[in-house]
Amino acid sequence: MNATKNEAPERDVEELLPWHAAGTLNRRDTQRVEQALAADPELARRYALVREELSETIRLNETLGAPSARALETLFAKIDAEPARRPAMSLNLGARVGRFFAGLTPRTLGWSASAAALAILLQAGLIAGIVLKENQPAGYETASAPSTAPGVGAFTLIRFAPQASFDDINKFLEANKLSIVAGPVAGGLYKVRVAETALPKDELRKIMKKLQQDKVVSFVVTTQ
Amino acid sequence: MPERDLTHEPIGLPMQTTSDDVLIARIAGGDRLAMQVLFARHHVRVYRFVLRLVRNEATAEDLISDVFLDVWRQAGKFEGRSAVSTWMLSIARFKALSALRRRSEEELDDEMAERIEDHADDPETAMAKKDKGAVLRQCLAALSAEHREVIDLVYYHEKSVEEVAGIVGIPEATVKTRMFYARKKLSELVKEQGIDRGWP
Repeated sequence: MNATKNEAPERDVEELLPWHAAGTLNRRDTQRVEQALAADPELARRYALVREELSETIRLNETLGAPSARALETLFAKIDAEPARRPAMSLNLGARVGRFFAGLTPRTLGWSASAAALAILLQAGLIAGIVLKENQPAGYETASAPSTAPGVGAFTLIRFAPQASFDDINKFLEANKLSIVAGPVAGGLYKVRVAETALPKDELRKIMKKLQQDKVVSFVVTTQ
Repeated sequence: MPERDLTHEPIGLPMQTTSDDVLIARIAGGDRLAMQVLFARHHVRVYRFVLRLVRNEATAEDLISDVFLDVWRQAGKFEGRSAVSTWMLSIARFKALSALRRRSEEELDDEMAERIEDHADDPETAMAKKDKGAVLRQCLAALSAEHREVIDLVYYHEKSVEEVAGIVGIPEATVKTRMFYARKKLSELVKEQGIDRGWP
């Protein structure tokens, strides 16, 4: 901007003067206009005219007065005549949640808070129960495992052959109606229930002999 | 610069805009109190904008009820791409232009002629000519609707180039050019009243 007094200021900068006076220009354009105003006295003179117009436009508008109360009454009469509306779906989740809580009375909010506290307590109890149950000695049961109480029946300790697959062991347990009730413990041994009632020693020995012959079993011993 | 009516501004500041957005969300849910608050906050400015376009107080008053009824109906569709005040001025402008279209062009021409003649013959106006500010205000009132609109949006409603473009529905470059020619016309009218501003 090198305009002298006799030269017209740059048109694009001059066009921005009204917004500069109103304070609605972005930072970049504001700097551009301020630099031009500092360098160009003719532009600065025209800026003074803009400020005059701004001032008188405000003054003119402020003398226009305000509408009467009838405008508000008419508006709400029209709103009353409108069909009941359903909540707008375009509102975001936050606004919907906010509106829900805003619609509650203080008493309702109080009851809601109590109910929420109770729900949290119940939830905490349930979680605690689950955690305690999970912390009990780990067991393994097939889907068809009887619901026999622990400690009731005849048991053996079995170590499975290292080459036995999971599928082989499942088939072995199923074929012999066995269920694993604990393990593995030290030595890779599993406690297996062989009968739901206590068995005579001879009968238990026969069963153990039979189990020992299976290829998935590497070792078997009696236990309580 | 005269003092402004502080009860109705500042409408363009971010804090106010956020607050307006919350009101619109509540209005979308059918909150009548939020509608009342929004009306109280903006109705004077919207009324003045409409009045400057239609130049009839009763019509302007009827129109602002329609403007706010549209806000009530369309609040759920408001996406917050512009300030709420800018959105409302767009609705107001549409309503005002629709009302003006219902009046014949002839009627408007007569009204304009009366307005200028009245000012010229009025002894009070003749006295006021000595007051540059009064002459400016008189000439601001005598501008065409298109020129009044852009001057009001920029100077009184504090709308940026982009916002004016959105309200009027024209490109930003056209907004700047229109404002320039509105000001030029204003200076010419002022000059006709015996005051040479040295521009254009």
